[in-house]
Amino acid sequence: MLQTLLPILIFAALAVGAAGAVRRIRLWRQGQRTPMRWYRLVLMPKRYLNDLHHVVARDKAIAHTHVATAGGFVAAMALALVVHGFGWRNPILGGLLLAASLCMFIGALAVNRRRIDPSAKLSKGPWQRLSKSLLAYSVGMFLVSLPLVGVAPTLLGGGVLAIVLSAVLVWGLLEMVVGMGWGGPMKHAFAGSFHLAFHRRPERFDDNHADAVHDVHRGSRSTALFPLDLTAKTLGVEKPADFQWEQLLGFDACVQCGRCQNVCPAYAAGQPLNPKKLIQDMVVGMAGGNDARYAGSGYPGIEVGKHHGGPNAPIVPQLVEAQTLWACTTCRACVEECPMMIEHVDAIVDMRRFITLEKGETPEKGAAAIDNLIATDNPGGLDNASRLDWAADLEMPRIQDRPEGVDVLLWLGDGAFDMRNQRTLRALVKILRAGGVDFAVLGDEERDSGDVARRLGDEATFQRLAERNIATLSRYRFARIVTADPHSFHVLGREYGAFGGDYRVLHHSTFIAELFDGGRISVEAPAQAETVTYHDPCYLGRYNGEFAAPRQVLAALGLEVAEMERSGYRSRCCGGGGGAALSDVPGKARIPDMRMEDVRETGATTVAVACPQCTAMLEGVVEPRPRILDIAEMVAAALVEPATASTTRTSTEAPEEVPA
Amino acid sequence: MPQPEPRDTAKMPQRVKTAALVSSGRHPVSGRAGRAREDARAVEMGLSLVGADLSLAHAGDPEQASLRESLQGYLGMYHGLDDDRDGQLSLLPLGEGGDAVPLLAAWLERSGVRLALTGQRAECGEGSGMVGYLLAERLGWAIATGVAAIEHCDGERVTVLQALPQGQRRRLEVRLPCLIAVDAVAEAPRQSAFGPARRGRIDIVDDLLPPDESPLDADSADWHWQPARARPKRLKVVKSTNARDRFKAAAAKSSASGGQVLTDLSPEEAAEKLIDYLRAEKILAQDDQ
Ligand code: SF4
Ligand code: SF4
Repeated sequence: MLQTLLPILIFAALAVGAAGAVRRIRLWRQGQRTPMRWYRLVLMPKRYLNDLHHVVARDKAIAHTHVATAGGFVAAMALALVVHGFGWRNPILGGLLLAASLCMFIGALAVNRRRIDPSAKLSKGPWQRLSKSLLAYSVGMFLVSLPLVGVAPTLLGGGVLAIVLSAVLVWGLLEMVVGMGWGGPMKHAFAGSFHLAFHRRPERFDDNHADAVHDVHRGSRSTALFPLDLTAKTLGVEKPADFQWEQLLGFDACVQCGRCQNVCPAYAAGQPLNPKKLIQDMVVGMAGGNDARYAGSGYPGIEVGKHHGGPNAPIVPQLVEAQTLWACTTCRACVEECPMMIEHVDAIVDMRRFITLEKGETPEKGAAAIDNLIATDNPGGLDNASRLDWAADLEMPRIQDRPEGVDVLLWLGDGAFDMRNQRTLRALVKILRAGGVDFAVLGDEERDSGDVARRLGDEATFQRLAERNIATLSRYRFARIVTADPHSFHVLGREYGAFGGDYRVLHHSTFIAELFDGGRISVEAPAQAETVTYHDPCYLGRYNGEFAAPRQVLAALGLEVAEMERSGYRSRCCGGGGGAALSDVPGKARIPDMRMEDVRETGATTVAVACPQCTAMLEGVVEPRPRILDIAEMVAAALVEPATASTTRTSTEAPEEVPA
Repeated sequence: MPQPEPRDTAKMPQRVKTAALVSSGRHPVSGRAGRAREDARAVEMGLSLVGADLSLAHAGDPEQASLRESLQGYLGMYHGLDDDRDGQLSLLPLGEGGDAVPLLAAWLERSGVRLALTGQRAECGEGSGMVGYLLAERLGWAIATGVAAIEHCDGERVTVLQALPQGQRRRLEVRLPCLIAVDAVAEAPRQSAFGPARRGRIDIVDDLLPPDESPLDADSADWHWQPARARPKRLKVVKSTNARDRFKAAAAKSSASGGQVLTDLSPEEAAEKLIDYLRAEKILAQDDQ
């Protein structure tokens, strides 16, 4: 009986699953279309085995579990098709099928163990069911295949046992094959495969890098925001169908593993943002319906089940509250961690673009900053001519006086208006002079890079600033740009390219490390041993893969770095990026306080920073707390000045001399 | 003075044709063109009163490069309204040395506007603050200046709150048609968004006056122009070591003293008193009849 039933079951499941898959593809294609290049599907296996696995393998246990379960399933399914479907009942194939089912069964056991007391990051509901279904499928497939190798042939021939077995197998097939097409948890395998093949940032994958080394920081390969066509009919994303279809496809690939939720600083601070829920809401919007069936953690402070959406219904506020979008610091921790390589930040900025450019509902302080950027080229609304006031006594070389060109154009950034950051800049100038660097500044011709405007969704203001800065830079000659601001570093180095500005940009930590390497500066050993730790700025580390240089500099200073648990590519954001310090969405805790807790855990008395924004956020933590020093300040304080040193004073010892 | 209780800002039951007259502003720090702060508040007031029915007008030189951008700043405020119509602005071409008043008056009359909102004073150009008065005089309309809010408006009259020094408010009831000059303390303008700004229409209206009646501002031709300088502020030296006194002295606005309140006078007597006062203050010459 099973002999006749099995092919019917298998082919029926495949047919129904395929019908669901076609419907699913239609759902994705509701998005903005680019031509469907089917041949890209051939990229998928390598991207899966190589790039995706690279991320999954950060959690060894789940990586092994997944290999066993998924590998077992794919093999078992393919073999079952041949053996049971087409009836080529070869004992060797049967043996392989048994082995594959067994392998899957072992994986499924591990899945079930993880599901006994699932951690808060995991979703329950259908995902809890999936663990059982995996068992059902593997056990069912194993048992119905036993006769192939001559074991228990009579037992399974008919009767109650056959019916029970078929039922178990049907359950497994429904979940694994039908559910894959019709939106069950197994959808992730189908959507995920397509997502890998059609990913919007192909640069993230090794196949785009001929000389890829395995341990490069892959997360930083493609981090520039996509430029927005300002002549488009509507600007930004209002409804799910406004996303690019590849984005919708990406959302659909989410496995609800909650890794993003676990690393999101806004979620941890109790702000109403949870990247995992956000992605699921996008799926709800794409498919239509409400979020009542979501079985994971929601947005802190917002009840699950009260929001609904549709592909052509506005997202804010029916599906997602604006506060959720404004809470994001664009730290990219979620993107970095996501095993499915989903791009949360792109989606969030796309939706912010609509709110800012079409609805004019940027949070109040953000809107004020944008107005200031439009009127004065800096977010504080200050006279741009005062950009160099802090250096009145430093006789800063101007690039305007150097038509023959300079080696280094020092990009000040908006920290030039901030008294705290002016100390860092003075320290940096001291280092440059000590190293005999040929440098100059733009002075009042420098404008804000547009970072904050862009992250707040105001692509129009960003593009205007970018164009003007690029026009200014094109008038002068310099070999490279050095800046102490990772945001300027990122925007100038990676985002201006799309507007015709290609520069060699170095973060000051990289440049200082270079000065050390070249023996151009020397420092004295620290007077007493001190424990320091280093806070990786998101826009330097995760965005641009620079983790080494600041640590090299600290090592050159003779300092021992006690790393925080979350450091390097897993560094926790200070809370100041993406305009989040302006939108200031209320939560239960403050992100910088949590980061300072991380610092305290290391026992460090000083935390080295490399970003004006991080400095400001961390210094906002109430005392007593570890001291916050920029890398440049630490180097400047330890400099052994050559006899011909300039007249620059160490600003750290005389901060009151800094002109306001 | 007793403070009027704030009333709910009432939407207009029956729609009165409303317009806002806007000018190109000048940023106090950078000098860049943009929305003028008071005019933007006038537009905000108009939008919350009649929504996208609000029409805008500006008299200026269409050739001027930065003008379009400033005007689009106002059009960018057409969002968050009951309907999603785009903004519309009539640009009345006016050359160098031209007089905006006849043009604006003709436009207001032609478009049947009964409630005109504007800032009190332009941020560049003459900035005399006279346009409102001259328009009202020419059209025979009422004018209320320093308005902080519109409380109510029916087809006949409009109730406004007028801003007085030190946060005081006075409630006025003004007959329509009227011109309202909006104070800087009025509700802050909404954000100007790029999308609506781009979609808003700017229509050039150049057939308002017969060609022989060119709106030249004859007086201004003879004027002597020079850049304005901020007047130095006299600081009151407060001897007190008491923080509260120092704060009060710093926060106090100079309030007129020695005045008298006259009530129950006939119009003739009142006029007589006023003329006497103006003569005493040497604003009217002694023999000025
Ligand atoms: S978005 Fe990525 S990291 Fe977050 S739950 Fe989904 S698959 Fe996991
Ligand atoms: S970018 Fe950072 S703050 Fe934003 S959702 Fe991801 S983890 Fe959270």
